[in-house]
Amino acid sequence: MLKIRSFKKGGIHPHGRKSLSETVQILGLPKPATVIIPMSQHLGAPAIVCVSKGDVVTAGQKIGSGESFISADIHSSVCGTVKDIKSIVLANGIETNAVIIETDDLPENQIEFTDIDIELINNFTQQELLKIIKDSGIVGMGGAAFPAHVKFNIPKGKKAKYLVINGVECEPYLTADHRLMLEHTDEILKGVSLISKIINAEQVIIGIEANKMNAALKIEKLIAEKGLPFIVQPLKVRYPQGDEKQLLKATIGKEVPSGGLPIEIGAVVSNVGTAFAIFEAVTKKKPLIERVVTVTGDAVKNPGNFRTVVGTPIKILIEAAGGFKEEPVKMVAGGPMMGFAFFDLEAPVTKGTSGILALTKDNLDYTSETACISCGKCVMVCPMGLQPTRLYKFIENSKFSDAMALNLMDCKECGCCSFSCPAKIPLVHGFKYGKKMARKK
Amino acid sequence: MSEENITINNQLIIETSPQIKSTQTTAKIMWTVVIALLPAGVWGVFVFGFKSLIVLLVTIAASVVTEYMLNLVFKRKTLFDGSAVLTGLLIGFNMPPSVPLFIPVIASVFAIAIVKWSFGGLGGNWMNPALAGRVFVFFSWTSGMNSWKTPSALSTMPDALSTATPLGLFKTGMIDYTGGTVSTSDFLQNTGYTVSAFAESVSGFFQQSLGVVLKPLNIDLFVGNSSGCIGEVSALLLLLGAAILLYKKIITWHIPVAYLGSFALLTWIFGGIPYEFGYFSGEIWFNLFSGGLILGAFYMATDMVTSPITGKGMIYFGIGVGFLTFLLRFFGSLPEGVSLAIILMNIFVPLIDRYIKPKVFGKANKKGVVK
Repeated sequence: MLKIRSFKKGGIHPHGRKSLSETVQILGLPKPATVIIPMSQHLGAPAIVCVSKGDVVTAGQKIGSGESFISADIHSSVCGTVKDIKSIVLANGIETNAVIIETDDLPENQIEFTDIDIELINNFTQQELLKIIKDSGIVGMGGAAFPAHVKFNIPKGKKAKYLVINGVECEPYLTADHRLMLEHTDEILKGVSLISKIINAEQVIIGIEANKMNAALKIEKLIAEKGLPFIVQPLKVRYPQGDEKQLLKATIGKEVPSGGLPIEIGAVVSNVGTAFAIFEAVTKKKPLIERVVTVTGDAVKNPGNFRTVVGTPIKILIEAAGGFKEEPVKMVAGGPMMGFAFFDLEAPVTKGTSGILALTKDNLDYTSETACISCGKCVMVCPMGLQPTRLYKFIENSKFSDAMALNLMDCKECGCCSFSCPAKIPLVHGFKYGKKMARKK
Repeated sequence: MSEENITINNQLIIETSPQIKSTQTTAKIMWTVVIALLPAGVWGVFVFGFKSLIVLLVTIAASVVTEYMLNLVFKRKTLFDGSAVLTGLLIGFNMPPSVPLFIPVIASVFAIAIVKWSFGGLGGNWMNPALAGRVFVFFSWTSGMNSWKTPSALSTMPDALSTATPLGLFKTGMIDYTGGTVSTSDFLQNTGYTVSAFAESVSGFFQQSLGVVLKPLNIDLFVGNSSGCIGEVSALLLLLGAAILLYKKIITWHIPVAYLGSFALLTWIFGGIPYEFGYFSGEIWFNLFSGGLILGAFYMATDMVTSPITGKGMIYFGIGVGFLTFLLRFFGSLPEGVSLAIILMNIFVPLIDRYIKPKVFGKANKKGVVK
């Protein structure tokens, strides 16, 4: 195993709380009676609905078509009948069209995705593989949900020297990627091989934080058994290491230029969950209609990791985790650092939903906002080298161009500053607002 | 369909990420600093007597009452954030033990009302309130601010000597001195200044068992057997409190190290010049442990509101304070220089913060290279 590395500047160590669910095996859930499949589950333009009310659909059938350059196809996750097409609000606050499908439980409607011949896979060309990924509606599973076929389509004149696989899962509470790496090691490595083939990578590095050493060792062992040319890079536990910029700094030691993409330093970053999804798409012709979601938090009775279909209402996941043992004061979709607080338990799981957290009062033990005392903590923890306190004061006074001059746009809203602020100033909130206002000008 | 409880009756909190925050608060920071100061305060009361406890209580009470009144005026609730208590305690720490009580009251009211609240309260002030309060009364009531008292361990010494601070004694004595190069402790000893029996025995122990020469005078200064302001005399206990603050990450190493380092270096190189002792003859330990330098470096210069926000800025700030303290102490007419040096550098903090910026991730450096 290599020496443990990390990125250099900033970062925080929030309480991990992963022990709640990290030892709980992934449990497959039965298909819910109704699924709600939103058309906007990815970064970029929403997909266009291509079924109508009353249509009978099968699992894996395309029901939304991603027609813009940056968009992704959407597939039905169950066999059933389209009951309605209506506008809904997702847990992250985005309003989007959704196809409501009533599941038909008849056995003849159950589609088994069967493995295809391994020989056939080796014969696929890069373009064919990219087409499969595009047709399977695969997006980055780490959180941002960037369409994978766009990311893996290396622009002309650029070279993807490094493929860095993200097994960091630096958000507290979340354990979905950890379980996936432990339980589906082989599938993930096959997925990684496929990505590596598509982008023609010279070097493949799998970055895993040191709180998941069992997964790192298991992957390393399998790599050795199979003689794969991959490297496992253990990383010091530190948030936000799962951000691609920090991950690249930690693994290959290079900084992505401000405003640029990883390909500019010859790198492509992909999540372990994405690798798994690509494996399933290529070998089973199964589009992205399922994912592993960690359901956890101190308000949940039996925290765990669940494999469920996209479109499952969140309340079904809560039921699967034994319901609430205590009334939550905050519900979060995603990790606690960058996730979204929501209130509607009917909202569906999307391709990017990595976790559902039910937090109690004890988890939110902090006071209301007080005056900034210029302690500089936010400056110290900012992994991007920004000065959050100064940015915030400019935005408070509507001096958006001054904030832009201090590199507001380099902020990626990781939340280290807001987390650490002793005055509890909502810095990230201010930066989201400031960016919006600055873009308007 | 199931018996699991999935109902939510209360209103859920909806806010922008991050959804969890650290438990550190401004109030916790202030109270921790107060606790870190307590050992040195208890020592001050122990060596200077009951009167110094009264001084500390008066400064705290005056600060808190002023804060309360201004809370009423500005309709704010900042009484329990600990900042007024801390300011009061620090003012008390910076008062001589026998000071007439009206002086600490004026210093406290000035610090809270003029220095802090006229700029908008905690976070708005651009000068350390406690220090500004001290400097204000220092120049207004000079004799009252020189009411020193003999520390209990040195009570056998003649009052005329022991009631002056060692720094003051040395500085005034050296004006007429023409005897050539002499160390501070020898000079003070020649004038009749004695050291505590404790310091003698510690020094003897080190010399016999380890062969290390430690001057008894410096041991007295380090432990806190010397006259001075109530809270500044025990470098040992102040360093103990500073260790707590460093461990709790309330202060960082930047300012104390830059301050003490630059001051010690300048003192060593140029500290002998005013007395015509030549270069590299300044006495580092005597100067580090006297005149409130440790209190200033760890508790006053590190005041978050009035120090830079970046580590690099803090280093420049610390060097600036070190340089000014050196200048005022060796070339000024007053013996100490810590308070003035810090509040002078407070003025430069906005300037430092404007021009000293951290390197932005992914931005090209001066050579145009992104690392």
